[in-house]
Amino acid sequence: MVIIETKNLSYTYPGGTKPSLNDVSIKIKAGEFALITGPSGCGKTTICRCFNGLIPHFYKGELEGEIRVADKDTTKHPTFEMAKEVGLVFQNPENQLFALSIEKDVAFGLENLGVPREKMRQRVDWALKLAGIYDLRERSPHEISGGQQQRVAIAAVLAMQPKIIVLDEPTSFLDPLSAKKIFEVIHDLNRKLGITVVLVEHRLDLTAKYADHIIIMDKGRVCQDGNPRTILGAESTRLIGVGIPKATLLFQMLAKDGLKLGSVVPLSSDEIAQSLLEAIKPHD
Amino acid sequence: MIEVQDVGFTYPNGVEALRGVSFTVNNGEFIAIMGQNGAGKTTLVKHFNGLLKPSIGRVLVDGIETKKTSVASLAKKVGFVFQNPDHQLFSETVEEEIAFALKNFGFEEETIKKRVTWALSFLELKKYRKTSPFMLSGGERKRVALASVLAWNPEILILDEPTIGQDYKQKEKLRQFILQMQTQEKTIVIVTHDVEFVAECNPRVLLMTEGRIVADGQGKNILANPEVLAKSSVVPPQVVQIFSRLNELELPKNVIDLYEAKDLLLKKLEKRLR
Repeated sequence: MVIIETKNLSYTYPGGTKPSLNDVSIKIKAGEFALITGPSGCGKTTICRCFNGLIPHFYKGELEGEIRVADKDTTKHPTFEMAKEVGLVFQNPENQLFALSIEKDVAFGLENLGVPREKMRQRVDWALKLAGIYDLRERSPHEISGGQQQRVAIAAVLAMQPKIIVLDEPTSFLDPLSAKKIFEVIHDLNRKLGITVVLVEHRLDLTAKYADHIIIMDKGRVCQDGNPRTILGAESTRLIGVGIPKATLLFQMLAKDGLKLGSVVPLSSDEIAQSLLEAIKPHD
Repeated sequence: MIEVQDVGFTYPNGVEALRGVSFTVNNGEFIAIMGQNGAGKTTLVKHFNGLLKPSIGRVLVDGIETKKTSVASLAKKVGFVFQNPDHQLFSETVEEEIAFALKNFGFEEETIKKRVTWALSFLELKKYRKTSPFMLSGGERKRVALASVLAWNPEILILDEPTIGQDYKQKEKLRQFILQMQTQEKTIVIVTHDVEFVAECNPRVLLMTEGRIVADGQGKNILANPEVLAKSSVVPPQVVQIFSRLNELELPKNVIDLYEAKDLLLKKLEKRLR
């Protein structure tokens, strides 16, 4: 089942001279872990803002084409309705935190939906613990570090348990180990609860291995769309300026020098290490 | 030269962010400060331009104690690009943003024009000359913040998380730029979580945990040491991860460069496969 679909979607910000999205047609299936990447300014953040209706309801500007998310035309449903379906974690966490305590920030969305108190308590605690900030719950979101703010923003979205979670570089301020843990939590939610994940990232070293589907954008257009192994293994992808995982690059470089490690393109260090170990196994 | 002498720093709310930190950054050095969130990295670098003054100990920039001088007088020598570009952008257009500090420092009009044009083209921002910084993407705003500091050509450049939101091409440019700065004896200090970027640059690395420096050495020695990294919540770069799973090949331990890794693997495997 397709849960996000755009058809010939184009968008220009108010006052903008060029479209930020140019004839974008994509399909994301329910339960998928989709990765959107591409050079800075390619339209990744803009398309995320379309998924929950921030475009056109908040940003205005000129939107053409069709967009359906969770069976709703986002241009016809207000953002607060879309919020039940789509949780968005912004690039800059400061833009979405405002309450006096972290706990209240995480509870805000649920309060708006009228979730009963007891259930709200459970969901908030669950989300705080998953994001690793339960101990900070009474602090103000504005006195903690950028990395911790990112965890709050993620917890606030998790607490809503939406069908779709859209994350725009959600761990850019986090240390590598915390980033890894957050991606593991998101991957786990995707696998266990079937939540559709749309992740915008430059750092494919950390994230490519989780993806079922990759979309590469450049100058407002989609230029690659499909299986991560096929796309990241292709020479043309590197030329766009996408940061191919080191494991994948190593695989390509070895192949160029005559050492072929099978037909499956590796996306992580584990995968290429496995292929290398198999290559040196004594043959019968 | 930056000399940090037994520095401790406690925030007004009682949080002890730095404890007994000592090291020296020489002219022309390139240093990456890494470590977990809340380890004190940003607090430390804010001492280099006097934004923060040590509670105990001393920080000297080119022999001048930061406690005895003002941020304004240090600013020309020490350029600081913040983690979050929104904390430093405020002008109506990208061009004005970049010209702002130059005007403040009293550069001549002609020089300002030249420097602004240079910074715009260097960071691929020319087409946004007349655009409001707030119309730009996160990655582009970050580049405007960087351009506005590069424009006045400071001796010491401090970049807090410079690779956030930057694509591969921009990161490669940043790396080239840092190399170029080093040939001019400029000092570069970056604070970063981006292990792959650090692996590509191989600078001197200072690893921090809970307000202390727990390791100080060449990137390839520190990033290839998973035990030391684990203490600071840093995950080893992919090349190190791959090599650590190939124990039986008896590869050297301190490889972080992809090309070096490829050559070593080919050499080892050629023998085995024959």
